[in-house]
Amino acid sequence: MDLGLNEAQQMLKTSARDFLEAECPDTFVREMEEDERGFTPELWQKIADQGWLGLVIPEQYGGVGLSFFDLTVLLEETGAAMLPGPFFPTVVLGSMSIMEAGSEEQKRALLPGIADGHSIVTMALLEPTASWRPEGVEATAVPEDGGYILNGTKLFVPCAHVSDRIIVAARTGDAPRDVTLFLAPRNADGMTQTLLKTIASDRQSELVLTDVRVPASDVLGEVGRGWETVEKVIAWGAAAKCAEMVGGAQRVLDMTVEYAKQRVQFGRPIGAFQAVQHHCANMASDVESCRYIAAQAAWKLSEGEAARQEAAMAKAWVSDAYRRVCATGHQVHGAIGFTKEHNMQLYSRRAKEAELAFGDADFHLETVSQGIEL
Amino acid sequence: MDFRFSEEDEAFRREVVDFVEAELPWDWRNHEVDSEEPDGLKLVRAFKKKLADKGWLTRAWPREYGGQEASHMQQLIFGVEMSYRGIPVDDGGVSMVGPTIMMSGTEAQKRFFLPKISRAEIDWCQGYSEPDAGSDLASVQTRAVEDGDDFVLNGSKIWNGAHSGAGWMFMLVRTDPDAPKHRGISFLVAEMNVPGVKIERIPCMWGADRSLVTFEGARVPKSGLIGEKNMGWYVGATLLDLERSGANYSARALRLLEDLVDFCKENVRDGRLLSDNPLVRSRLARAAVDIEAARLVAYNVASMQSKGQIPNKEASISKLVGSETLLTVYGLGMQILGMYGQLDPESKWAPLRGRFEKGYMMVGANTVAAGTSEIQRNIIATRGLGLPRG
Ligand SMILES: Cc1cc2nc3c(=O)[nH]c(=O)nc-3n(C[C@H](O)[C@H](O)[C@H](O)COP(=O)(O)OP(=O)(O)OC[C@H]3O[C@@H](n4cnc5c(N)ncnc54)[C@H](O)[C@@H]3O)c2cc1C
Repeated sequence: MDLGLNEAQQMLKTSARDFLEAECPDTFVREMEEDERGFTPELWQKIADQGWLGLVIPEQYGGVGLSFFDLTVLLEETGAAMLPGPFFPTVVLGSMSIMEAGSEEQKRALLPGIADGHSIVTMALLEPTASWRPEGVEATAVPEDGGYILNGTKLFVPCAHVSDRIIVAARTGDAPRDVTLFLAPRNADGMTQTLLKTIASDRQSELVLTDVRVPASDVLGEVGRGWETVEKVIAWGAAAKCAEMVGGAQRVLDMTVEYAKQRVQFGRPIGAFQAVQHHCANMASDVESCRYIAAQAAWKLSEGEAARQEAAMAKAWVSDAYRRVCATGHQVHGAIGFTKEHNMQLYSRRAKEAELAFGDADFHLETVSQGIEL
Repeated sequence: MDFRFSEEDEAFRREVVDFVEAELPWDWRNHEVDSEEPDGLKLVRAFKKKLADKGWLTRAWPREYGGQEASHMQQLIFGVEMSYRGIPVDDGGVSMVGPTIMMSGTEAQKRFFLPKISRAEIDWCQGYSEPDAGSDLASVQTRAVEDGDDFVLNGSKIWNGAHSGAGWMFMLVRTDPDAPKHRGISFLVAEMNVPGVKIERIPCMWGADRSLVTFEGARVPKSGLIGEKNMGWYVGATLLDLERSGANYSARALRLLEDLVDFCKENVRDGRLLSDNPLVRSRLARAAVDIEAARLVAYNVASMQSKGQIPNKEASISKLVGSETLLTVYGLGMQILGMYGQLDPESKWAPLRGRFEKGYMMVGANTVAAGTSEIQRNIIATRGLGLPRG
């Protein structure tokens, strides 16, 4: 057993940190919160040049061919830097589901474009039912003229506004898991996209599908078996989100400890008061636990295991812990942490989004209770 | 012991509720008013005038200053009904400045300020905190130097609501920099529209602002000094106790809980009504119990006050329990609303008009403002329980 990073992973982490420090400082994060698109094509191209967009894509499709675990090493840094834009959806939702379920032809057609930065991809899974279970998919896909006609409303779709392709989950039968994935172009006739204003200032959308036609060649994976892919995407997404959250939580801890050393009240740094020390110690314990429970899930998934239980445990724990870390971070910062100028609130708003993405603690605890044979 | 309101108090409560339901110029169930923004302040001012006409703002005050000599309980009942409906009637004038002037002001100050407060003719902002004086309030550095009939002010006050256009600030200022820190402070009230006062907005995460007020040689009349010069800490300390009775927290939390219960009875998740989900039921019920406990602790503070007793650790416990409960209830709301909870009020998909999303961002301030939870615990432990100071 060795719970440390290997040398290559350590290098990836360091170079990611250096890159993000230069290209994605907090001033940029703030600017992008107000920006229409929420990211810049310039940075996107630089990210592609780093090889990040193809990090887990095999070399034969233009990628770097690293593992899912390596990706989570990188995501810890993007979470720490709060990298805005469609990196997460494109890599985790887009490239990974195409790698998992795509035909050879689809992989060859789509993955190189993702890796080199030309193609942004996301997944439209949730609906007004707001459920991460297959029953929540009510959008329909009806066969016609050798293709499919899609109808329905998708909600909380990350970065749909800048995506070239949207992987749409739609119902192709009445059995709960009778769901199929479709690779729809965003500018397809009958698809209307509206941005939703959210707590994290990320860019989620409502997507209304009205008689959207998709050719049979754009079915991703087998008809009626899309949920098998979705289930994996939820587990990957959960583990990948956890990595981002660990990065964010570590930053919140660091900045809070730093502030506790600097801020003087009653003639002493506030960090000299045991009440504040205990807050910081609780945060540190949370971050430490987050780190290993998240890493275990990422590692098992990376080894090709289903890791249902580990991924669920990780997301259940980290979702709540990150929120706690932020709440305590705010408490230690006092009034200053609530100001827009301060980074504390940038993290705490994102913590809420991250907590909800790919299922909150309640959702994953249900999986855990099945896992312990309840 | 008697947990009921007296008949008189209950009749008053009904009268207040009926009046508010009939006269409030906005729909409190669907609309939140921010009294620190000019439009909101205008609405609130107009409604406060109506409440003042009824004599309700300062119902517990002596008649000569615009009160009706009612019990503290009635003052509490009034405050609770306002808080429950999110009506921001108190800018510190009624709950803080008035009582302080009554206790420490000159006869002339009483005659000048108290009727104006009672009739809602002046608005206040609170100038306590400074960039380097938060929890350690006694280290305020804003200097006030006597010059003829004036004090000349230099320094800055932060986190207040001066941007609302409030005409007056009540503040703690340093009048003797050489004395031990608690003994060189004075309590001062002053008008804000004088030269040398700069007000800058500080945008906050929930979309509203706080203010940084900088005084650069601003001249304000000495007649605004309340109590003895250099005794301001002791004049203002009574005021902090008044600030800490805390019934508003449970009142606000109760209203949120009711909103959540309604929401859960109408919304389906994963094939069943939220209100049929045992986990949701248990959490809502737990919140109801938390709120009740906080409410009773706060009512005890008012009960003590109405008997002329001075609450001490009780007020700190009430503030602590109340504010922490409010945080819990907002957190619970966000948990129940799930994915929808993250939507801004502007979104057509936002449930309960996005109140939880906004409130969740704002609520953390409740365990910071008006004395942080840590400071409350320090007070409970040392002043209340006699434990040695750390
Ligand atoms: C929304 C909002 C509105 C406000 N409105 C006003 C207003 O109108 N007027 C006004 O004057 N002020 C206002 N305040 C300021 C408020 O009173 C201060 O924020 C509060 O007193 C805490 O001070 P601080 O923020 O400087 O935090 P600090 O005092 O710097 O505290 C930082 C952390 O250290 C802890 N700490 C400090 N000392 C100790 C100790 N001895 N033992 C243990 N822990 C300690 C605190 O509990 C906190 O966790 C407002 C604040 C907010 C957030």
